[in-house]
Amino acid sequence: MNDLWKLTVQIKRYKPGRGQWTSTYNIQIHPDEYVLDAVEQIWAYQDRSLVYRHLCHHSTCGACGMRVNHREKLACITRIRDITRAGGTILIEPLRNMPVISDLAVDMGQFFRLLDEIDYDQVQPAGSLPTGKGIRPDKKQPDGIERLVDCLECGLCVSACPAGATSGEYMGPAALAAIQLSSSSGYADMLDLADSEDGAWRCHSAFACTDVCPSNVEPGWRIMDLRKKLIARQLSVMVKKNEVTHG
Amino acid sequence: MDNLPGSPARRGWLQWIDPRGKQGGGWGFLINRLAGLGLTFYLFLHLMVLGKLANGPESYDGFVKLAHHPVVVAGEVLVVLAVLLHGFNGIRILLTSFGIGVARQRLWLVLAGVLALGIGLFFILRMAGVLS
Repeated sequence: MNDLWKLTVQIKRYKPGRGQWTSTYNIQIHPDEYVLDAVEQIWAYQDRSLVYRHLCHHSTCGACGMRVNHREKLACITRIRDITRAGGTILIEPLRNMPVISDLAVDMGQFFRLLDEIDYDQVQPAGSLPTGKGIRPDKKQPDGIERLVDCLECGLCVSACPAGATSGEYMGPAALAAIQLSSSSGYADMLDLADSEDGAWRCHSAFACTDVCPSNVEPGWRIMDLRKKLIARQLSVMVKKNEVTHG
Repeated sequence: MDNLPGSPARRGWLQWIDPRGKQGGGWGFLINRLAGLGLTFYLFLHLMVLGKLANGPESYDGFVKLAHHPVVVAGEVLVVLAVLLHGFNGIRILLTSFGIGVARQRLWLVLAGVLALGIGLFFILRMAGVLS
C-alpha cells in the first residue's frame, strides 16, 4: 500500500438547476492506475452524485473522453504517473464544443447523428485502410480481409478543434475524416456534404484533432486530403463544362 | 451542437487564446489568429490616418509628428513582426495543408518564428540607425 500516491482531484461539475462548481477530492491511488480508476474511486467511495460515461476500460468504446489537465484524453488509458506526481493535482473537465448534460457527461447526440447521416462503412477491406502509424491505405493487405475502421467516435477531436469552438454547425474532424476514409456507394453525396462552408473548408489546419486522437485516424491529415479530392472534383467539373461549351 | 437549455457554454472564441494544452499546430493557429486580428485592426488605423489627407497637409503633418512618438514606433515594430509571423506561419500552414511537415509542426513553427524575429530584428536595427 506504500506505493499509493496521495492526489487531489478537482472535477468541474454541473447539474441542471444547480449550475456549475468545482468539487475537490483527496484520493490515494497507485500511479499505474488510470484516470478512469480515480473517477470511479471517487464515485464509489466519496460522491455517488458524480456523473461520467464509461464502458470498456480499454480504449475500444470511446465513451470516457474527458479533458484531463486541459488536454482531451480517454480516461481509461491515461495513466496517473504520466500526468502528475505524488501529492499532485489533477483537473478533470467535460469535453468542450458539446453541451454538458451533467458533470462529465456531454450530449454527443448531434455528433453521432452526423456520423449516421454520413453513413460510412465501419467495416472496410483491410487494404483500403492504413495500418500502424501509417496514414495512407496499406495496399499490401491480402484481399478478402475486412476490419473495423480505427475511429472510436470518442469526440476528443471535436472537443479540441478551435474551429468548432465558434461554430456549432461545423461538421468537425471525425465526420470529415469518416468521409475521407469512406469508399461506399454514397461517396459523391458525402463529398457534397463536405464541400461546404461548414465542411472541409472551415478547418484552420491547427491539427489539434490529430494531436488528441487516441486511435490511428489522423483526422487533420484526412481533412487536408479531402480538400485535395474536393478541388480535383471541382476541376474535373470545370474541364467537362469547358469541353461541352467549346465542343 | 447547440447547448442544452441551462447547460454551461463549452464553446466560445476564448478557446482560441487559451494556451493550456496547446501543441505545435494549436500554437500556430493562436499566433496566426492574433497576428491576423492585429493586422486587421492596423488596417483600420492606417485607413483612418490616410483619411487625414482629405483634411489638408497640416492635418497629415500633425500625424507625421506623432509617428515619432515611442509608442507609435513600438506599434510599428509590432506591425512588422505581425506581418512576418503571419506570413511565415501562413507558409507553414500552406505546407501542412498539403500534408508536408505535419509530423514536425513544432519544428516548422519554431523555424517560422526564428525567421520572423530575425528579419524583425534587422528591421528594428535599421530603424534605430544601427544598420544603414
